[in-house]
Parts: sequence; structure tokens; C-alpha cells
Amino acid sequence: MVKRNFKPAAVLPFKALLNCALTLGALAVCVNAQAHLIYVSNEKDDTISIIDTSNNEVINTIEVGERPRGITFSKDFKTLFICASDSDAVQVFDVATSKVLHDLPSGEDPEQFVLHPDNKRLYIANEDDAVATVVDIESRKVVAQIDVGVEPEGMAVSHDGKFVIVTSETSNMAHWVDTTTNEIFANTLVDQRPRDAEFSLDDTELWVSAEIGGTVAVIDVATQVIKQTLSFEIKGISSDRVQPVGMELTADGKLAFIALGPANHVAVVDRSTMEVIDYILVGKRVWHLALTPEQDKLYTTNGVSGDVTVIDVASLRPEKSIKVGRYPWGAAVLPDEFKP
Amino acid sequence: MKSDSYNIRQVTAKEFSCRSAVLLNMKPLPDSHSPSNILFNMTVALMLFIGVFTGLFFGAAPALADVQTKIYYLEQQVDRAPSRSSLIQWPDDDGLMGAKLGIEDNATTGKFLKHTYSLEQHVVDNEQELLAQARRVLGQGSVLLILNAPAESVVAVAQLTESEDDLIFNAYSMRNSLRDEQCYPNVLHSMPSRNMLADALMQFFVKRDWQDLFLIEGNRANDQRYAESLRRSAKKFGLKLVKEKQWLVDADIRRNASLEVPAFTRARSYDVVVVADEDQDFGHYLLYNTWLARPVAGSAGLQPVVWSRVLEQWGALQLQSRFYKLAQRDMTGVDYANWAAVRSIGEAVTRLNSSEPAKIADYLLGDQFELAGFKGHSLTYRNWNGQLRQPVPLVHAYAVTANAPLEGFLHHSTELDTLGVDKQQSQCDKFE
Repeated sequence: MVKRNFKPAAVLPFKALLNCALTLGALAVCVNAQAHLIYVSNEKDDTISIIDTSNNEVINTIEVGERPRGITFSKDFKTLFICASDSDAVQVFDVATSKVLHDLPSGEDPEQFVLHPDNKRLYIANEDDAVATVVDIESRKVVAQIDVGVEPEGMAVSHDGKFVIVTSETSNMAHWVDTTTNEIFANTLVDQRPRDAEFSLDDTELWVSAEIGGTVAVIDVATQVIKQTLSFEIKGISSDRVQPVGMELTADGKLAFIALGPANHVAVVDRSTMEVIDYILVGKRVWHLALTPEQDKLYTTNGVSGDVTVIDVASLRPEKSIKVGRYPWGAAVLPDEFKP
Repeated sequence: MKSDSYNIRQVTAKEFSCRSAVLLNMKPLPDSHSPSNILFNMTVALMLFIGVFTGLFFGAAPALADVQTKIYYLEQQVDRAPSRSSLIQWPDDDGLMGAKLGIEDNATTGKFLKHTYSLEQHVVDNEQELLAQARRVLGQGSVLLILNAPAESVVAVAQLTESEDDLIFNAYSMRNSLRDEQCYPNVLHSMPSRNMLADALMQFFVKRDWQDLFLIEGNRANDQRYAESLRRSAKKFGLKLVKEKQWLVDADIRRNASLEVPAFTRARSYDVVVVADEDQDFGHYLLYNTWLARPVAGSAGLQPVVWSRVLEQWGALQLQSRFYKLAQRDMTGVDYANWAAVRSIGEAVTRLNSSEPAKIADYLLGDQFELAGFKGHSLTYRNWNGQLRQPVPLVHAYAVTANAPLEGFLHHSTELDTLGVDKQQSQCDKFE
């Protein structure tokens, strides 16, 4: 899962402008002047591929723990947290030196996590144990363990930090955790196999994708009740193959991107009408998504084809496939200005 | 470290919620005192009051939102033929452990809803004892029963109750007739039929363009049944049986496979050897010993299965490791079918807020039900014969080769119905 902590796009133009001025080149160069790095976890290679967004090439591949899945940066982008599921650890990776510093206690089989906006508490889904573990990243201690449903997977934290969501794949629930008490205060039943959860930027909506149900539930945060269920239909692709997983909501509130797994497409939802306006063809079994800080490009991890597709957000067209390791899973963005 | 306290909070918060179906989510935000929440709380108080009031006056109101689901598990142990290989062993708790994992999964979900699940198990070793237990269990009325027994016993138990208030799951027998002319309206099948397995294999042959089959049939009744399915399926997919042979009764194959098998499989041409040997008696000795250098499939080599330890995709690895933790062994197809039966019940109870077998049966056969079964498709029941639709993986000892239905085999309603007898051909007329 991809959790960003970018500054809103509006803060960035100054630096972008500077880059353009320096390049003195064609406009196209300006657009790509920002060289962000996309970190991609390769589940079956035990590595992380690093993609440079200025030329969309893999510039480095780093060995990490076994079966890396969820990855996320600290709020200062100095460290990257990696769920090394088969090592039963969350690894703390130093971005500057590209070295694993130490492990955090994570509970068994950590799959996904979210970092609380306080930059202190990491909420980890322990898939095999039906618990979520809360770890203090400074003291490296487990603060709490929360009993959740079977196979906790999707994790989200509201931008105001009040709520953490854990989705459990086999219980088909979104569990609502109050972060002041670390206790569950509500459960929302959704369709089969909920995979990913995302809060809207204003924290009024929670989006939950259901992989086997083939739907996305849009839940009202105030009441925890589903207000709308989105479904998808792609011509020539059997509905069984439409399996929503990772999601990204643009910061301007206009679009939502939903990875449809083995349908090999990303759905684009216009949030003003809540209609699907496009399906973009990507690689095989698309998992998770990451938007650049300018929100101009979307990167998708394609598990089966072992590549990453770059989508241009303005035109909604795929631009390039980048070969990475085997079974790329998560993606996290390191903005240019935070590069070591 | 584990916090248990929320369970209690949960309960109080939901006390009032049982009467309307929506309530699962209706708890005010923890730190919110907005007017709308005060209004909400008042509504809640009113609802609670009405609940207590009606309870007092009309009595007999069930415990609020409390749903207890009891599932009976009846197993008739089956004698397996002694195998030539000491590696092949059938676990004693085959099936039961799958049901137990299903109960655990249901219970973990249920604790958020005040739903509890229990399993009452009876394992016997002959049909008479099974029927005696079944009579006792069914005598209690409105029963959820999971059967692990040969087809004859399934029929005998089904005949004990024609009542729609009982719901029976066949989680063991693959007999085609149970889904066809011998179907019963209150018997669902979480185990696939032999026809479904055979169709999965034939789809793969079509895909690989292996048109000519050499069929070897074992000597036990189930081998003949499997061979019958393979013949039917070959015909359905337009493949040719160029040769058919009955396996030798007195072959000394463990020592002499390299002498016996080449001679036995001598023929001018075939693309693949298909073997029906359900007890794994001789099939594995065919590999690499066939007259022509051809693959072996069916009960050995490439096998269509309900479940296998080699399945990892679609989250299967999680089910595998949960199962291993519980049973200290790998999950079998029979375990899977039992797990799927218990999970089907759990899914229905979760959505219905009721454990009445008749309601559960309606729900499972309706449009709303689907179960995530770790096979890449949602699982549903065929409403014309009670069969659980499911993909059939094609595997060998260490890897998955394909997952049927294979791409390109199309069906107007769901590709899963390219496996097994379809509605138009079905002779089951007891549903609806």
C-alpha cells in the first residue's frame, strides 16, 4: 500500500519552475524535470527496485528481507519501512545509505501497514494472526495489539489521525480503530475480500475495494455506513476477472484510480459524478498504485508481468512499461526534494 | 498485550441494533458531540426503549443480536486400499480439520457481530452407525449438517429428511449422480463432482492440443467412475480416446515398473496417458515409464484437484498457513470442501443475522451469495443442483500448471459453468 505525505501540488511549482528555467529546454523536459524515485517491493525476489521518474528507468535494485510487500516512507522521507512478511519483521531502511538499519517488532506475517501522521505509530496488519499490531517506531516497542477479523490486509489512516482502518479479507469487514484508545468502535461489512482502504483528503469518505466481490464501497466516515457501491464492467473481460485492489484518490478530489487485478486495467472514476469514465490497459494482475507529487503520473505495480506501468494522468494513457523484479507488489514515492 | 475490552464495548453499543438489519455500523464517533450525534443517541435510546418494551409485552424476544450457529459434522470413515508407496497416507482427521478451521474463521468474524459458532462432530466407521447418528441429529429439527460419507450414505441420510428446514452439505462424495438424477433439494455440494475435475483436465488438453488420449482405468469402483467422467469429458471437448486399458490386477509394479509399464502402454501414437486411480495405487509408477515419451495426467502426474499444498496465489498461502497451524499437516481437498461448507454457512449468517437453515439455504442459492475461496473466482452455488461452483487447479507435486476454467472456454453466464454438467443437460429437477 502506498501512503503519501506529499505537500499539496500547489507548493511545488516553484521548484518545478526553477528546474525548467535551468534546463532551458523543450516543455517536455520541464514536465519530467523532477526526478522523483519510486520504490517498488518485489514480493518473490526479496528486493526493492528504484525507478527514476525523470527517465522512467530502474536505477537501483536493493536486497531486503523475505517477501517484501507493504512499503511506506517516514514523514521526513529519511527512512523506508518495509513489511518483510516471511521474515516476520518490519525492516527500517535508511534511504541515504540504502541499508537496513534494524527491524521493528511486527507480529507474525506483516503484510501492510500505515504510519500515523504523528510519525511515531506504525499500524501493522498481521495477516496470519487476525490482529493488528501498533508499534512505536522510536522505542521499537509494541504499544498495542488489536484483535481484528480473519486475514487483516488493507490499512488506512485518516489525514487527521483520528481513525485507523483495518480491512479483513475473510471476515469482509472494515474495522474502525479509534487511535486515541487503539480500540475498535465500529465495523462495516463490505463485499468479499476487502483489500485496500483510502480516506478522501477531507476525511469524509472511506473507499474500500473488495477483490472477489468486484466492487468498491464508498463509506460515509461520520456514520460508517456505505453510501455508494461502485462496480466495473470492461468489454470483453469476464466479470470474474474484475478484481479491485489498490486505489489512489487524486489530491484535487476529482479522480479515483482503482487497480482491477487480473482484468489488467485501471479504472478511472470521476468523483463528481461517481461514474467510471475510463479503463486503462496496464500489465498483468495490477496490484497497487502510486501518484507522483505533482499528480501528473500514476505508477502501477503489475504482479504477474513483473513490471510497472506509467500512466499519464492528463490524457489517461499508459506511457511506458518498466521491467522490475518478480511479483512487484507495493510502491512508494520519494519526492525529488527529499532525495538524500 | 491484546486488548479484549472492546468486545464488551462492542456488545453494549450494539445491544439495540438487532431489530433493524442495518445496524452494524451505527455507532457514534468516539469523540464526537455534534448535534447530529446527540440526535442519533436519542434515536438509539428510543430504539432501545422500544426494544425492551416489546420484549416485555410480547415475551419470547430472542436475545438481542445474539446468533448461535450449531453445525453438525458426521463422518463415515472410508477404507482406503493399501498403497504401494509408503509416502501416500490419508490423514485420520481429513475433512474434520477443514471444518474446524471454518468454524475458527467464522468465529473470528462473528465476534464483531455477537455471532457464535460451534461444531458437534461424530466420526463412525459404517453406514448403519452413520444413519443412527443422522436420525438422532435430524430429529432435533432445523439442522445444519455436514456429511463426509460415500454417495450411498449421502442418499440414505438425505432420505431421512425431506424437510426444507434441514440443510445438508455433501463435503466428501464426488459422485456425479448426487448432482444429477439423485439430487435432493436440501443437499448442497461443496465438493466438486468427478465431471468437473475431468472437464478441467480436458480443457487443458484442448489448450495444449493434446488430442489423442490413452486411458488407463484402475480396478476399483471409484476408478471406474472417474474413468467414466474422463470419457464423457473427452467427448464433450472433442478429444479422442485412441486406446483404453484396464490396469493389471497382479502387477508387481513397485519393483518392476520399468518392465511392466512400457509393455502395458504400447500403442502407435497418443499425446497423453490419462489414468484413473483414485487411491493412488499405481498411477505414479507410470511416469517416465510409458512406451512413448508422453506426459501422464489424471490421478498421477498432472492432476485436477480440489485443493493442494502447492496453491499459493489468490491469497491461498494464507489459508494454507492458517490450516497448517491448526492441523500440523497440509490441507487436502476434503478439508477444503469442509472449510468451504462451514464458511458458506458463516457468510450467510453474517449477512442474514440468522442461523435458520431454510433462510441460509435460500441465501446460498440466491444472487447475493458469494464466497472468497482463495481460488481466484468468487464461489457460488448452482441453483439448479446445489453444486458449489469453483475453479479446479491442475497441479503436480511442486507447482500449479493451470487453473481451470482456462481462458477461452466461454459460457453465457459464468466461465465456471464450463466445468461439470450444465443446467440444460442437468437431470436434477428437485430445485426451485
